[in-house]
Amino acid sequence: MTPPAAPDLRVAGASIDASGWGWRHAGRRAWAVRDLDLRIDPGERVLLLGASGAGKSTLVHALAGVIGAAEEGEEQGRLLVNGSSPAAARGQVGLVMQDPDSQVILARVGDDVAFGCENLGVPREEIWRRVRDSLAMVGLDLPLGHPTSALSGGQKQRLALAGVLAMRPGLLLLDEPTANLDPAGVLEVRESVARVLEHTEATFVVIEHRVGVWQHLINRVIVLDPAGGVLADGRPGDVLPAEGDRLSASGVWVPGIAHDLPARRRAPQASDRLLGTQALAIARTRDAVVARDIELEVVEGAALAITGPNGAGKSTLALTLAGLLKPAAGRVLADPRLSGGAPAEPIRWKSRQLLTRIGTVFQDPEHQFVAGTVRAELSVGPLALGLPEPVISARVDTLLQRLRIDHLAEANPFTLSGGEKRRLSVGTVLATRPGVLVLDEPTFGQDFRTWREIVALLAELIDAGTAVVAVSHDAEFVAALADSEYRLAGSLDARPDRLVTL
Amino acid sequence: MHATTTPLIPAQTTARKPRNLRWRVVDIVVASVIGVASGLIFFAWNTAYVPLSAPLTPLLPGLQALLGGGWLFAGVLGGLIIRKPGAALYTELLAAVVSTLIGNQWGPLTLVSGLAQGLGAELVFAVFLYANYRAYVAVLAGAGAGLALAINDLVLWYPGSAAAFATIYTVSAVVSGAVIAGLLSWLAMRGLARTGALGRFAAGREIRADV
Amino acid sequence: MTATATATPGNRGILRVNPVAKLAAALLLAGVLVLTIDWVSAAVALACELVLFFWAGMSFRIFVLRTLPVWLAAPAAGLTTLLYGQAAGAEYWQFGLIHITDGSVELAVATLLRVLAIGLPAVVLFVTVDPTDLADGLGQVVRLPARFVLGGLAALRLVGLLMEDWRALERARRARGIADRGVIRRLSGQAFALLVLSIRRGSKLATAMEARGFGGTTTRTWARPSDFGRREVALIGLGLFVGALAVAVSVATGSWNFVLG
Ligand SMILES: Nc1ncnc2c1ncn2[C@@H]1O[C@H](COP(=O)(O)OP(=O)(O)OP(=O)(O)O)[C@@H](O)[C@H]1O
Ligand SMILES: Nc1ncnc2c1ncn2[C@@H]1O[C@H](COP(=O)(O)OP(=O)(O)OP(=O)(O)O)[C@@H](O)[C@H]1O
Ligand SMILES: [Mg+2]
Ligand SMILES: [Mg+2]
Repeated sequence: MTPPAAPDLRVAGASIDASGWGWRHAGRRAWAVRDLDLRIDPGERVLLLGASGAGKSTLVHALAGVIGAAEEGEEQGRLLVNGSSPAAARGQVGLVMQDPDSQVILARVGDDVAFGCENLGVPREEIWRRVRDSLAMVGLDLPLGHPTSALSGGQKQRLALAGVLAMRPGLLLLDEPTANLDPAGVLEVRESVARVLEHTEATFVVIEHRVGVWQHLINRVIVLDPAGGVLADGRPGDVLPAEGDRLSASGVWVPGIAHDLPARRRAPQASDRLLGTQALAIARTRDAVVARDIELEVVEGAALAITGPNGAGKSTLALTLAGLLKPAAGRVLADPRLSGGAPAEPIRWKSRQLLTRIGTVFQDPEHQFVAGTVRAELSVGPLALGLPEPVISARVDTLLQRLRIDHLAEANPFTLSGGEKRRLSVGTVLATRPGVLVLDEPTFGQDFRTWREIVALLAELIDAGTAVVAVSHDAEFVAALADSEYRLAGSLDARPDRLVTL
Repeated sequence: MHATTTPLIPAQTTARKPRNLRWRVVDIVVASVIGVASGLIFFAWNTAYVPLSAPLTPLLPGLQALLGGGWLFAGVLGGLIIRKPGAALYTELLAAVVSTLIGNQWGPLTLVSGLAQGLGAELVFAVFLYANYRAYVAVLAGAGAGLALAINDLVLWYPGSAAAFATIYTVSAVVSGAVIAGLLSWLAMRGLARTGALGRFAAGREIRADV
Repeated sequence: MTATATATPGNRGILRVNPVAKLAAALLLAGVLVLTIDWVSAAVALACELVLFFWAGMSFRIFVLRTLPVWLAAPAAGLTTLLYGQAAGAEYWQFGLIHITDGSVELAVATLLRVLAIGLPAVVLFVTVDPTDLADGLGQVVRLPARFVLGGLAALRLVGLLMEDWRALERARRARGIADRGVIRRLSGQAFALLVLSIRRGSKLATAMEARGFGGTTTRTWARPSDFGRREVALIGLGLFVGALAVAVSVATGSWNFVLG
């Protein structure tokens, strides 16, 4: 595909006006956003920050006019896009949501990108011109008939971006567009956005916990205060240095601020092996092996990081180690200290036997939820173990507090914010105190404060003898916790996978 | 935000809003999802029907209609969850479309069946002005769909049948519709509401308190 | 990248025909055949169809696999009519409500052939239907409301994800310690969880669609044209012809037997 010959994206940027605006989701007593006074001028490029649960996603959903009808919540004050209500301005606003999977609408790449244009009544020839331009702009070089079900996470992210660009929006809203992408993917998406911004005058709002990624593309930072209103607002060069400490304390990931990271205290002993593999090959379906000849050890009181590009098989490996997926070949073997009477291979353990031995946090937190409230969700494991009631509630209360979700104890797990869901899913596993913890992207979507809390919690557990296996794209997380790193190369003929001791 | 959780307005305000009978996008998409998922279950049911009905057939004439409820729940469930005019008809018809596209023994006439059965349930919800979704209404809607199934089948597929057969067939279909499609769908709706999956629907909000 | 904006799924035989025409042809034929219950009309239609299937561009293996339900259902329907059909003429066997008579034998044969004549062409025609093309046709040719047609299409895409979701749920429930129950409790719990998950997916998908301007007041355009031309008319004509021929032969041989008469 050739780079686009200066596609015509010159739509006028939209303005945003909020006065005393707030929103409370139906079924909640607390306001997600309240008392917000804000003006964003056409063409401004804004980074929207704020602690997890501060209401960032709620705000951008409202701006896109998709927050729902009156029966889905309660509004206060006024929110205007280009002087009219967001629902009326739908179509002028392009939103890329926090979860790329739920944004694919149609079965073929071309149709999916065209969908927005069709809804806006764009003539047919113009639609296909825009589709090709948009795909080129985000660097998605695929045939128009390519099935959308066969896209990687990063490709889906870019598809969503292309679909939005084809609508030629005056306001472009991105909600954590790089969560779950590998570092190369993050750069690619950022480059795509940079390219788009060169060609458009649209107003741009991006949500991201890590300031570093977008710092050079934005000219204004707005920090939402979880208690309502705005905590800080201004040019990145002014706000970040001046308010760095305050922002950092409230959960913003400010570059250049020296963090006092929680540290590990105890060095692991290599002799304390809990789990090991022999010539392991992993696959989701029998005939599609993604990596083979894996030899690694999981050691008591130590952390092993699994890294590699998107689609390399990290999650597949984690699930296989955790006894949830059959090895394609070779074996996963638990040492007697871990198996304690159960068979040697975790895949043959009963569901209840897994609970105290290996706990797994899934990449998609929603896959893990089985109960109707946050508190019930945390109690599922301990109940299955038959623990006495006082023990259960003590454990659950401690976890609720440490993970900062105590105010949500009675909320439905699926209504939590992205970051809250992630913390809850980590909590469900900690509740049964397994000997080995397998965590798939435990820190994605976290603000700095909760990130540090999760690292501290894990460091404590490791020092107390738990073995941790963590899949992560997060280099800081790996640096802070891991004793060794297993790198999956991403293709069977590329450089071999390797184990690095850190 | 959680530091200041004093509600400005009592928690029950959402309960008494005027009813909006226009379909929202979420109504359409979720009704479609229910329809499509039901269509897949229809397909499984179509495949199971032959061996299941074969032993029943010689035992008692017309009793095979007791299995009919397996094709009737889609409309009732859709009607109970979406609560908009046409919901039962749309979900049942879409389920029939899916079942037809996958391929079954009744060919395009599946669409006719879907239409009739959906109408059967829809009429009951309409009689209650789309305002009553209690268990007995669900059972009646299921029975309505069952009656429609019986009439449709007797005309299209068993035109030469004797009066005794037709009677037993009709009664079986109504009973099956009332129990499988009516009662079970109502229980499923309540179960779904309890999981919070229906948070964006009136069906989901009526049994949950604010937190 | 290909310039073929309208990615056609294939171009052999029946594949290129607008799905709406396939639907119409199958419905027309079925509509004619259900008017009468006699073995002659069904046999004539079936004979024509079996000849026409050669041009459908479908391999014999696929044909047998996909039409299997029809081949199984036809004898079952025939048997029911044999046992419980209206009694007429000489009686061969009687037990309770069961009467096997000359009349019920004839009705049974007719029923069997009719199920085949209605079911087989539908399977052959629909096997090749691409949901996207069908939606385009329903929206543009039949002019059904676009919001519902596209809502249905988007939901159809979720079906593809259901199998994967099922496996993910299985793993998740095992990891959470609640998978040690009996098969029935485990599977029904998991099936319910799948329903919950798909409704959640639906709710989210609705938001994504609204964010792309879906459901607004603008009259929507269609990126892919849905052509309805000579090929389509020919297919419908063919359906009509087979139906008419069946009726004509049936009436001419005096076997016409109107269902409601
Ligand atoms: N659909 C919903 N129903 C009820 N409450 C909700 C819903 N969506 C979000 N909330 C609540 O509203 C608050 C703000 O959520 P929001 O998703 O806007 O946070 P956020 O700032 O985007 O957080 P994160 O960084 O974790 O994504 C949270 O307390 C969340 O639990
Ligand atoms: N449910 C599934 N069914 C079939 N194949 C899958 C499934 N999930 C992933 N795959 C494929 O298996 C391979 C490995 O996927 P896996 O999810 O393990 O990658 P990953 O390294 O975790 O990627 P990411 O960083 O994006 O999470 C990929 O090629 C992917 O396309
Ligand atoms: Mg968010
Ligand atoms: Mg992964």
